Amino acid sequence: MTTVAIGAPAGAPGASGVSNAATTYNYKVVRQFAVMTVVWGVVGMLVGVWIAAELAWPALNMDIPWITYSRLRPLHTNAVIFAFGGSALFATSYFVVQRTCQAPLFAPKLAAFTFWGWQAVIVAAAITLPLGLSTTKEYAELEWPIDVLIALVWVAYAIVFFGTIARRKTPHIYVANWFFGAYVITIAVLHIVNSMALPVTWTKSYSAYAGVQDAMVQWWYGHNAVGFFLTAGFLGMMYYFIPKQAERPVYSYRLSIVHFWALIFTYMWAGPHHLHYTALPDWAQSVGMVFSLILLAPSWGGMINGIMTLSGAWHKLREDPILKFLVVSLSFYGMSTFEGPMMSIKTVNALSHYTDWTVGHVHSGALGWVGFITMGSIYYLIPRLFGRTQMYSTRLIETHFWISTIGVVLYIAALWIAGVTQGLMWRATNVDGTLTYAFVESVKASYPYWYIRFAGGLLYLAGMLLMLYNCLMTIRAGKAVDAPVPAVAAAHA
Amino acid sequence: MEALYLLVPLSLAIVALAAWIFLRMSDSGQFDDMEGPAHSILHDDDRSPPATKEGTDDDDNARS
Repeated sequence: MTTVAIGAPAGAPGASGVSNAATTYNYKVVRQFAVMTVVWGVVGMLVGVWIAAELAWPALNMDIPWITYSRLRPLHTNAVIFAFGGSALFATSYFVVQRTCQAPLFAPKLAAFTFWGWQAVIVAAAITLPLGLSTTKEYAELEWPIDVLIALVWVAYAIVFFGTIARRKTPHIYVANWFFGAYVITIAVLHIVNSMALPVTWTKSYSAYAGVQDAMVQWWYGHNAVGFFLTAGFLGMMYYFIPKQAERPVYSYRLSIVHFWALIFTYMWAGPHHLHYTALPDWAQSVGMVFSLILLAPSWGGMINGIMTLSGAWHKLREDPILKFLVVSLSFYGMSTFEGPMMSIKTVNALSHYTDWTVGHVHSGALGWVGFITMGSIYYLIPRLFGRTQMYSTRLIETHFWISTIGVVLYIAALWIAGVTQGLMWRATNVDGTLTYAFVESVKASYPYWYIRFAGGLLYLAGMLLMLYNCLMTIRAGKAVDAPVPAVAAAHA
Repeated sequence: MEALYLLVPLSLAIVALAAWIFLRMSDSGQFDDMEGPAHSILHDDDRSPPATKEGTDDDDNARS
């Protein structure tokens, strides 16, 4: 049953000449962000592979300060989280909010500002971080002028997003928009509180907090950024693109609403698990651990809800590589949201903290969950944004899926083994109480796994290059098309 | 732990805001229909019509 309502230009594309701003969705900003997602993905992952190589072969930094591990590592994290992940979140949230509200974006000029402002932030990061300009706060390394620009872009983003919701033609707000909305609000609060600083020059500032206070604020920010940027935002993608690609309604809409509110009410206090066995008061560490364990329930509820959306349609997984990306991302989400609470238990953390296990855990979430759900969503979007019925090559998507899956598995398995090895070597003592191993011996023992991790990362990057090629060929064959907005809200059950 | 004097009230304020939004939306009937919205996004056809000559529509006929 078609829902093209009376009065809608049925079948008529938003072809140039016919369309005007009022009758078509604003796909332009979605297109811009979608393309930049792929570009920044390649850049960010290339930097990641490079620093993985520097760890395995330290001579690769060539004694050039700008490309040392210490400076390129924050560049890598900023590029993959905020440039790749951020652009993907902008693209998908702008697309989903328009389609589900049946309204074009509110304040299109402001939407354009979010695109150019965000790209300026990324370019500024790519210049300042290699120069060594850093606040040294993890995932918040950018100096204060860039922080101010981020805050401005974010306020504009909130106005565009919530303005679009306010002018919606459908009475109901689809669940994906709840996740996107929570991510937009929370990131604004987190960013502003954590970035409070006293500027002394244009390139140097001092945090408003000191010592363990600063550490507590930093990880309150840090872990909630994981929760609201890398989880809630991408769950918004999950709840829209999996049902759309599978052509099945979400398994339980009720559960998706419960999932959302449970996550909102329990997330905020997981941060202290980053500070186990530090100067942070013991009770605060325990609170962090308990809240982290509680999070297992909503996380797995959401994962099961997403995967079960395919019940009765499992056969689609066989021939649809986009669905493979989307569904396998959920299995990595399930794995990392099980592993995370386990690692937050203090006795487990005593072994895992400061080892490569943590790095492996992060990448199971980053490469497996965030990366895969993004790739699936972008493969869904690109043909629709450029007037094509499908991507240039489905076989290339299939290849991309398999080489990146092998890459992720190699990466996380290698770092699990490396991490546990390091943890056990560091804590090993002789009968007389002296340490069995010098630190450098644990470094030496890690080398084989660092080679494997490099290989895994290289495969993942290769997949991303295939995606770039596939997208470029799709765009070359198509042309930018803005879909028409149905004139009257279609019948909503 | 002075940082907690900032973070705990801030978190409580956010939770209170979330609770307020939830109750308001719940009262306004936002969560009354727990079936329809899941289906209505599937009725929204976002596929592009073929923009170029060679773009053959083999899968578009499957749904209408």
